[in-house]
Amino acid sequence: MSCKNVIVEEKFSELEHFIDELPDKQGDLIAVLHKAQEIFGYLPEEVQLRIADKLDVPSAKVSGVVSFYSFFTMKPRGKHVVNVCTGTACYVRGAEKLLNELNKHFAIKPGETTKDGEFTLDALRCVGACGLAPVMIVDGKVYGRLKPEQVKGILANYR
Amino acid sequence: MSKIASLNELSKLKNKFGPLIQIRQENEKTIITNTDVIDNSFKIHVLACGGTGCQSSESELIVRVFQRELEKRGLANQVKVITTGCFGFCEQGPILKIHPDNVFYIQVSSKDVEEIIDEHLIKGQVVERLLYVEPIHQEKLKTDLPFYNRQLRIALRNCGLIAPEDIREYIALDGYQALGQVLTEHKPEDIIDTIKKSGLRGRGGGGFPTGVKWELTRKSAADQKFIVCNADEGDPGAFMDRSILEGDPHSVLEAMAIAGYVIGASKGYVYIRAEYPLAIKRLQIAIKEAREYGLLGGSILGSEFSFDVELKYGAGAFVCGEETALIHSIEGKRGEPTVKPPFPAENGLWGKPTSVNNVETFANIPPIILKGADWFANIGTEKSKGTKVFALAGKVNNVGLVEVPMGTTLREIIFDIGGGTKENKRFKSAQTGGPSGGCIPAHYLDIPIDYESLASIGSMMGSGGLIVMDEDDCMVNVAKFFLEFTVDESCGRCTACRVGTKRLHEILTKITEGKGTLEDLDKLERLALIIKDTSLCGLGQSAPNPILSTLEYFRDEYLAHILDKKCSAKVCSNLVEYDITDLCCGCTLCARNCPQNCISGSPRNKHVIDNNRCIKCGVCLDNCRFDAVIRK
Repeated sequence: MSCKNVIVEEKFSELEHFIDELPDKQGDLIAVLHKAQEIFGYLPEEVQLRIADKLDVPSAKVSGVVSFYSFFTMKPRGKHVVNVCTGTACYVRGAEKLLNELNKHFAIKPGETTKDGEFTLDALRCVGACGLAPVMIVDGKVYGRLKPEQVKGILANYR
Repeated sequence: MSKIASLNELSKLKNKFGPLIQIRQENEKTIITNTDVIDNSFKIHVLACGGTGCQSSESELIVRVFQRELEKRGLANQVKVITTGCFGFCEQGPILKIHPDNVFYIQVSSKDVEEIIDEHLIKGQVVERLLYVEPIHQEKLKTDLPFYNRQLRIALRNCGLIAPEDIREYIALDGYQALGQVLTEHKPEDIIDTIKKSGLRGRGGGGFPTGVKWELTRKSAADQKFIVCNADEGDPGAFMDRSILEGDPHSVLEAMAIAGYVIGASKGYVYIRAEYPLAIKRLQIAIKEAREYGLLGGSILGSEFSFDVELKYGAGAFVCGEETALIHSIEGKRGEPTVKPPFPAENGLWGKPTSVNNVETFANIPPIILKGADWFANIGTEKSKGTKVFALAGKVNNVGLVEVPMGTTLREIIFDIGGGTKENKRFKSAQTGGPSGGCIPAHYLDIPIDYESLASIGSMMGSGGLIVMDEDDCMVNVAKFFLEFTVDESCGRCTACRVGTKRLHEILTKITEGKGTLEDLDKLERLALIIKDTSLCGLGQSAPNPILSTLEYFRDEYLAHILDKKCSAKVCSNLVEYDITDLCCGCTLCARNCPQNCISGSPRNKHVIDNNRCIKCGVCLDNCRFDAVIRK
């Protein structure tokens, strides 16, 4: 077994352990998917099939749920995730300009990952930091009252 | 901690924990004589806002620095630093409050901590530069900020006052007393009567009377029933539910247990957005503490009533705020709504009778029980009782959470509490109800807001988002923004919403690009009304509201886009032209940066833009150091 497979198997056993611990598997599909995404970073078909098998639900159901909720992704994410809040408060205070600046900076659109796998760009609907609008969130850290020209400097810290 | 066995024991604990928060209650003059007291050695309390907004601006670091510096000075046993929930004054965060002096510091940074300790806490001199400056008279205020003076805080009563991660502070402020009284002194029917008499209506948006909902769920016969707390706050720009959960999670748990007793349920779920990690963490701690104290779990307070709460996480779907969709999501399915009836009160979670109530609704329950239905019913308007929390945001000076009696006017909220529009620009519109609401124009600023009045002017209460827009916002583009949201969030189950919102968005895009015709305007209106009539759930039925309300109040802007090809707010880039004024000194910076090479002129002479080739990227405007480039 290659080294890579060992790591993947470890991840699967962590997930299966989590599922075994659930008191009531009925209705816990979303919780399992949250956990799986936390472990694997995303939800490829292989992971979805294993979950379907383990929970004894049709894989079509798993896939239906994954594609329904925007929180779940079937594409691998970059090392750093850059989110721009596009809630209404940020929108009226210039979120669109921030997003345009990031589009230009990375040469990718929201939902895409840079070719080097370093950054994923995404738009979020309101993180509730409306007092700081417009905000950008890099790996969970919130940068508020941002002007487009500040973006470059902040991202340089994550290179 | 052993479990509390009776209401009497709970009351004793309340007295015991009283000193924990005593010096924060400046109006309470009662001196606690009980000798069985704890933590009484702290002479000063420093409250640091630990809401999501202030934490984003590093309030946690401030707390750590405070503790470190206090220890250095040997003051750690005299000064207590407490992380509270949101103070509501988010614009000015991070916020610190010092008790018993009742001094309010704003925009504090970790660099200010030593000065606060040395000047204020040791020498007793207030650090003036960190005080709030009242904008009209330029007066520095230590306390009694106008932002708070006009509010009436019922749902937010403990936010910014207690430590949300310490159940003792909640108990000290009458926490779980309402549950205790309900379990020992009242029948479920009495509580339904009280809630009905109080006039409390659902705060999530629908405004359905809470007492009636509980009564219907109680009357449905079943072996098992459920209470669900809807914490799937999806409206962009609304954060009141999150703040309550972060600042006072026990008030929601207590109310859920009361609701469980009333309808006959032993299990409750909080359905919460995965995007709210701090609220989730505080709820988890609160549930654990409540179980340890015997306030959740088996035989609560020595009664026969058992009730427990479990968290269920959302996964980013706006439609899950709709109760039938939310129930499907808890069951682990796609969050698609179903036709009502049957209502969840008859056929809800796992097919059992279920009462789904919003966070803010729950937060109102304990005070209603302790202070009585009449007290609550005396606040507000004829049909809308009590208060409402609004998340005030957008182009307003004091962004934050405000709780006001129903019937307060928009003018009072935006100008008296909110401090008016940013940079004194002309107020254009207030948007309430999120993507399902409408845009209210300036001539309705004096209408008293309640469920009915907002509906009568084409908007809705919604969950309480209130976004202020000024002269720089294009109302056609705002409508397009909201439609983009609904197109994204439409679950796809019914055609009217799935296809209809997409067509609406296309027409709006056409208009903002300057390609719209008068025929499009008619089409837009007709389609909007059809979608409103034929969609399956609230999301689709209300999705056209932003269009219909802007068409009604801001039709001139649509016409300007279509007939004159002009966007008066200068937002829609296709309809904007760039020009260089006489302020230009010929520095050539714009010409050198123009990607189209369409700016001409010699050094030290005024430059000119060739608008036929200009792609309206705005680089010239961004680069000009002399404010010579304008949009027109």
